[in-house]
Amino acid sequence: MIHDKKAHKYGMVIDLDKCTGCGTCAVSCMSENNVPFKEDESDKKDSITWMRVYRLTNNKPFPDTEVAFLPRPCQHCGGKGDHGHSPCVSVCPATATDYGYDTGIVSQIYTRCFGCRYCMAACPYHARYFNWWDPVWPEGMEKYLSPNVSPRMRGVVEKCSFCYHRYQLAREKAYASGSDEIPEADYQTACTTACPAGAIVFGDLNNPSHKVHQIVKPDPHPDPLNPDVVGKSRNPKVFRLLERLGTNPKVYYMSEREWVRKLGDHYLDGEWDKVKNVYGSASHE
Amino acid sequence: MDAALIPEGAKRCSFPKFMLGIAIVGAVLLWGVYAMLLCWFKGLNQTNMNDYYGFALWIWADLAVIAVGGGAFFTGLLKYIFKIDELKNIINFAVIIGFICYSSALLILAIDIGQPLRGWFIFWHANVHSMLTEVAFCLSCYFAVLTIEFIPNILENRQLNKVPFFHHLAHNMHGVMAIFAATGAFLSFFHQGSLGGVAGVMYGRPFAFREGLLIWPWSFFLFTWSAAAFGPCFTLLVTRVTEAVTGKKLVKDNVVHLLAKISGWMIFTYMIAKIIDTLYWAKITAPGLGFELSHFYTSNGFYGYWILVLEVIVCGVIPGLLLITKTTRENPTFRLIAIVLAVIGVCINRWVMVLQIMAVPVMPFDTWALYIPSWQEVATTILPVAYGIILIAVAYRYLPVFPQELELNRRPEARES
Repeated sequence: MIHDKKAHKYGMVIDLDKCTGCGTCAVSCMSENNVPFKEDESDKKDSITWMRVYRLTNNKPFPDTEVAFLPRPCQHCGGKGDHGHSPCVSVCPATATDYGYDTGIVSQIYTRCFGCRYCMAACPYHARYFNWWDPVWPEGMEKYLSPNVSPRMRGVVEKCSFCYHRYQLAREKAYASGSDEIPEADYQTACTTACPAGAIVFGDLNNPSHKVHQIVKPDPHPDPLNPDVVGKSRNPKVFRLLERLGTNPKVYYMSEREWVRKLGDHYLDGEWDKVKNVYGSASHE
Repeated sequence: MDAALIPEGAKRCSFPKFMLGIAIVGAVLLWGVYAMLLCWFKGLNQTNMNDYYGFALWIWADLAVIAVGGGAFFTGLLKYIFKIDELKNIINFAVIIGFICYSSALLILAIDIGQPLRGWFIFWHANVHSMLTEVAFCLSCYFAVLTIEFIPNILENRQLNKVPFFHHLAHNMHGVMAIFAATGAFLSFFHQGSLGGVAGVMYGRPFAFREGLLIWPWSFFLFTWSAAAFGPCFTLLVTRVTEAVTGKKLVKDNVVHLLAKISGWMIFTYMIAKIIDTLYWAKITAPGLGFELSHFYTSNGFYGYWILVLEVIVCGVIPGLLLITKTTRENPTFRLIAIVLAVIGVCINRWVMVLQIMAVPVMPFDTWALYIPSWQEVATTILPVAYGIILIAVAYRYLPVFPQELELNRRPEARES
């Protein structure tokens, strides 16, 4: 058993200026995690896409039109004040989704979920998916299923797990080698390793030696303007989706483009100009 | 044919006529049962729900029947705890309506969950932080209380009552009914409230989210209040419909006026609280999260400000005013308009707190999601209505539901003698 000196807080930062919208992250995720699919995947409202790529636009006419792509996995929210009461975890009546205080990962226990879908209603990111159908793979394709991830049955909710099975394998490897630390390279999600542009950086937000920590520079102090918000990035180019709600996601986004950053949250008239250069809670002090 | 079962002195339609009515409604019921079986055996892909609409028509129906079924607990509270004795003349019917509403709600939940055989997990693996856990526990317990409240009325059936044990059991149960009424009111306070809490705690959904007191969002208290306010209106409405169908006066006007008056004041005070809550949410809560009020009511093909006006003014303030004003309350037409509007109003409130929440986009680059239910959803939503009609018909025919029925419908010669 590994006794961590400090709990991990796994998270990722996605560079939206590097993302080309190719969808490799989504495909690798589906393949890695045995995500079932329909014959016709055109209706995205009932197809399962743990990693969904949104297309953003600055809504300006040609030739000023700009487009960005935003990959959206589960945000693994820490909840208000980062206490682990994520929007979904706090509402699940059967404790079928749980917050790992040792990893910061929001889990989903498929065999305990009875399909009430309250978690889906509570998630503002639409990161949770219901199995409306029995999972069926084309003949022969079932041989390619990952043995490390259990397929889900009809009638339960599923979502991105930050490839938790990879974390388990990395932990076992560390244990076998007598180490009490999981090297950064040993635990990487499928989307991170598959992204051809290297747009996704994954690691331990609590570990200063990890690249994700160095990019995000998460502020451990609550935001003085909104005490529910913890872990705000001190990098001016980094933001989180719907940060003002206090969900405290562990997925950060990065962009040089102001209009992209502005699309990360809602702002009343005039608010953006006041906050666009405010980053990290320390800047309020 | 079934004369021996009909309450003594009561006049009922012929058995074939009764059975014809039951058969017609029964056909609708079977249609609903067929749709229900499809959902159970083929899964929820039979519905038009999707990952944006995890909560849809059924959950609205669930919340709506529980809200209008609130007449049972509130009337029970008034009768047994506040000792408003006139209400004994309508309490049986209020309990039956409540029983129908709550059994329907449990059935809807059983259809709605993706893995019905795991439904018991909500009790076994209960998450004490979840409002839905509170709903499940209080709902189940309250349904048991309603069953206990219904039993004495069943035992008063002419034939059952001849059995000494049943006769005494019914009598003694009436004697201790205040305890169950108090238990029912306590449980109802929490499950009606926790249904409001289901929406109010969703801090990721600014349209639903409400601040509150300790762990309870304001919607918790508003749901309890509205159920107590609008529930009696539904009891009065169903009573009026039953009177129209049977062609008889079943409850004296003074009882109806009293319940309408209490309901009116509850609605009026609830609307004040609701308006304050709406204003606070629109001016403080939502803007604090970056949302203008217009975000929730524009840029889509269905949800406009009209729904807010319809819920709060047309089907809230107006019925409240009509029922607290003596002249309109005692005018049968105005009273009927008021109770119909009130029932529609509480149903709209539940619709908004379930379906509009799902429709409103939260991420800035997301879009409104509208949905149309499948026939299976519609059929299973109508199923409880058909079941309710049948249960009311059977109860009315064979049980002494309305204590004033004989007195109000005595033939002239009988009255003279």
